[in-house]
Amino acid sequence: MARQLSRRKFVVYSLAASTLTVAAPLGCDVTTAEGAEAADSAPRRPSDVLVTGTDEEMLVLEVTKANKVVVRLPRVEVGQGVTTAVAMMIAEELDARLADVDIPLADARTKGNQFTGGSSSVSSLYGPARELAALARAKLVTAAARRWRLPARTLKTRNTKVIAPDGRSATFGSLTASAARITRPAVSSKPKPASRHRVIGKATTRIDARDIVTGKAVYAGDLAVAGAKPTVVARPPTLGGKAVAVDSRAARAMPGVHAVVEIAGGVAVVADSFHHAFTARDALKITWAPGPLAPLSDAAIRSRLRAAVPRLGTPPRGSTQTEAEFEFAFVSHAPMEVLTAVADVRATRAEIWFSSQTPMYARDSIASAVGLPESKVKVHVVRGGGSFGRRLNHDAAIEAALISKAARRPVKLMWSRADDLQHGRMRPASHHRIRASHARGRVVAFTHAMASVTEAFEARGPSARGTAQGPGQGSGQGPAQGRVTRAATRAAGPLPSDSGLYNFGRVSGDSGSVELAMPLGAWRSVDSGTMRTAEEIVVDEVARSLGKDPVAFRRATLRHKGVKAVLDKVADAGDWGRALPDGHAQGVAVHEEYGSRVACLVEIDAADPKNPRVTKVVMAADVGTAVNPRGLEAQLMGAAIDGISTVLRAGLHIDRGAVRESSYADFEYARQRHAPLRFEAHIMPSRREPGGAGELGVPAAAGAVANAYARATGTRPRRFPLNF
Amino acid sequence: MPSYSFVLNGKPVTVEAPADMPLLWVLRDMLDVTGPKYGCGVGVCRACTSHLDGADIQPCVVPVADCAGRAVTTIEGLADGDELHPVQQAWLDRDVAQCGFCQPGQIMAAAALLKKTSHPTDADIDRIENVCRCGTYCRIREAIKKAAAQG
Repeated sequence: MARQLSRRKFVVYSLAASTLTVAAPLGCDVTTAEGAEAADSAPRRPSDVLVTGTDEEMLVLEVTKANKVVVRLPRVEVGQGVTTAVAMMIAEELDARLADVDIPLADARTKGNQFTGGSSSVSSLYGPARELAALARAKLVTAAARRWRLPARTLKTRNTKVIAPDGRSATFGSLTASAARITRPAVSSKPKPASRHRVIGKATTRIDARDIVTGKAVYAGDLAVAGAKPTVVARPPTLGGKAVAVDSRAARAMPGVHAVVEIAGGVAVVADSFHHAFTARDALKITWAPGPLAPLSDAAIRSRLRAAVPRLGTPPRGSTQTEAEFEFAFVSHAPMEVLTAVADVRATRAEIWFSSQTPMYARDSIASAVGLPESKVKVHVVRGGGSFGRRLNHDAAIEAALISKAARRPVKLMWSRADDLQHGRMRPASHHRIRASHARGRVVAFTHAMASVTEAFEARGPSARGTAQGPGQGSGQGPAQGRVTRAATRAAGPLPSDSGLYNFGRVSGDSGSVELAMPLGAWRSVDSGTMRTAEEIVVDEVARSLGKDPVAFRRATLRHKGVKAVLDKVADAGDWGRALPDGHAQGVAVHEEYGSRVACLVEIDAADPKNPRVTKVVMAADVGTAVNPRGLEAQLMGAAIDGISTVLRAGLHIDRGAVRESSYADFEYARQRHAPLRFEAHIMPSRREPGGAGELGVPAAAGAVANAYARATGTRPRRFPLNF
Repeated sequence: MPSYSFVLNGKPVTVEAPADMPLLWVLRDMLDVTGPKYGCGVGVCRACTSHLDGADIQPCVVPVADCAGRAVTTIEGLADGDELHPVQQAWLDRDVAQCGFCQPGQIMAAAALLKKTSHPTDADIDRIENVCRCGTYCRIREAIKKAAAQG
């Protein structure tokens, strides 16, 4: 998870500009105001401010003369709805129309928090964005008061305008120049109390929805960067395989081919179109040396993981044990938009366009890879077609930069879907051993030991090192990745169950690892997606062995009333315990993370255990203030489908050092026929500041699906995905 | 280089391209029509779904030669000017999209389904193969029913 950021100490700055521009620091504690106040005599353009670097760690809001409110966001939009949530915060405090708020994505900065991950975006932006907009509003009102010679407190703001009691109005755009010169607003610049929120908390359609449904939303592959030619890479059949002999004569002679370049990961072809590039790629004659995992397949990995799980200690004397072991396969992130990056690397500078959750680290890694100073590398962040953690890493951007450098021309690199599945990053496979000890009808000790695959870098090529490490970061992961890939960085340590979700007496955990040269990455909900799923299955099994109902048992043993509340909500709304036909069953699970709680109830039709269908999903979430309930519902819906997919059928096989799957035909992520016919999300009312929500639902959904499957089939699910 | 003429979103176009060049790359790399997305290149994810003479196709596996003399409609050609197609409007009303990448294909698949079946059943909707990795399926189902109800 991302470092917890202080939300108590922002100081909102006013930046010198000819239009009203205010900035709030983001991701760092600032105790004194250092920002320049607007200079009356020599108004500077916002771009002057950029040069000073003072906005590098800030969220900057500008009101343009065209009456647009522009906030350049140091986060990436990958479908999670962060641009809509921030636009809502800004519109709320400014009383601007949502349509007048623009949230472009900021280029990579040199300082501050430009990290999208750990379900931290809304919680880290909620304070600064509102403070920023509230100050801007106060200045706009003050400017209007001076213009009209009216007391500022008599003025109101609505629809991106200031309105006088006599009915006169002025657009923010018409006031921005004079508002930029206001140093002491005559009205409060504090954000509204929640009781006055009209935008925050109201179900709101995505601000980019119309662009999406008309095909106008632009992703990296849609960019028209001058001269950037379609580029694909021939990759080895095995993970980490190497080209030992390349005959590119036929490929180079093909029409439309501009360059063939050998790189660490394979052989790149630059051509007039992706058709020409793929055709020439297939005409390359390459002899591949097998990668370091060539002798290894799933069975061996599973047995090594099993052996790496630390031993469970001695159970309390006189207790009865419920023990279970669980195995989770590797899972691809497989975002719909395959990795794509446009790179233009010249002798003295480089410019890269791609979707990145960690653009600052990406820039440093790219600079190091192509041998340029970081200051000469410009990274433009582009909206992403899904991520699920995949865009924490920037493999394709580094590769694109290296190809552009070698080919001496701009390139538009696209990984094929097979590249993505067979050489992309994966959620690590893991093995879990869990034991609940009970005595006199209650759990007195709970222990969870696990082992997961961690990424070995030494055995992989320079491009692999470049992708996962920033310069000077030693042999581990870069700081951004380090914060989120708990599985990859922790050799041994506490487990989420240590947080004490349940009153289970003595709770303990331990972990081991198996280091393999494979590309791994944090996958939505990271370790909780496997660990908490396994634990929720054990909770059901303990309840069964104690002769108790799964909901009643959880209600009696959960520590936090907030978790009980979401559980009660799904049990009630989902009609827990209702009669169902043979082969059908309900299942339930809960989870708490990122300052939020969630429960999930599913109904499954597993009359054909090989072809189960989750027919209904009911979720309830308490995330504190839900900025956009409709966006939160979407996140829960996506998490439900992730739970269905990873538990029932979506995974990767490792077969003699290679990933067997190559498209969605065999990486069986859920389609419409696997999705529930009914989905409900209940959002608990709350005045707390927002917690995290993007990843929250995955473990509860996965646990509920597994528990429903177990109850419907009378089996004990142990190896995931179940139909694999 | 052979030359192929077809009608694209209501306008005649002519391209010089290899006969086996998939329509997807003709659209994206030659005609700058980027609404249809690459998601797999083998016709299984259906992110590129568009219409050929009104029926849904996957341009990643349809050679341009097969389109000669026919009408190709992509997501860009579905609306009537600023007037959204009922399926696009239902998508907006239900706020279906998350990342949005598969949605042009989902919308084109839904529009083709509604053309064949004005009131699709759940089983009809279940037969839509388009992958949505964000998992928007429940809203897709609702949006299709909403578009169907509005004719």
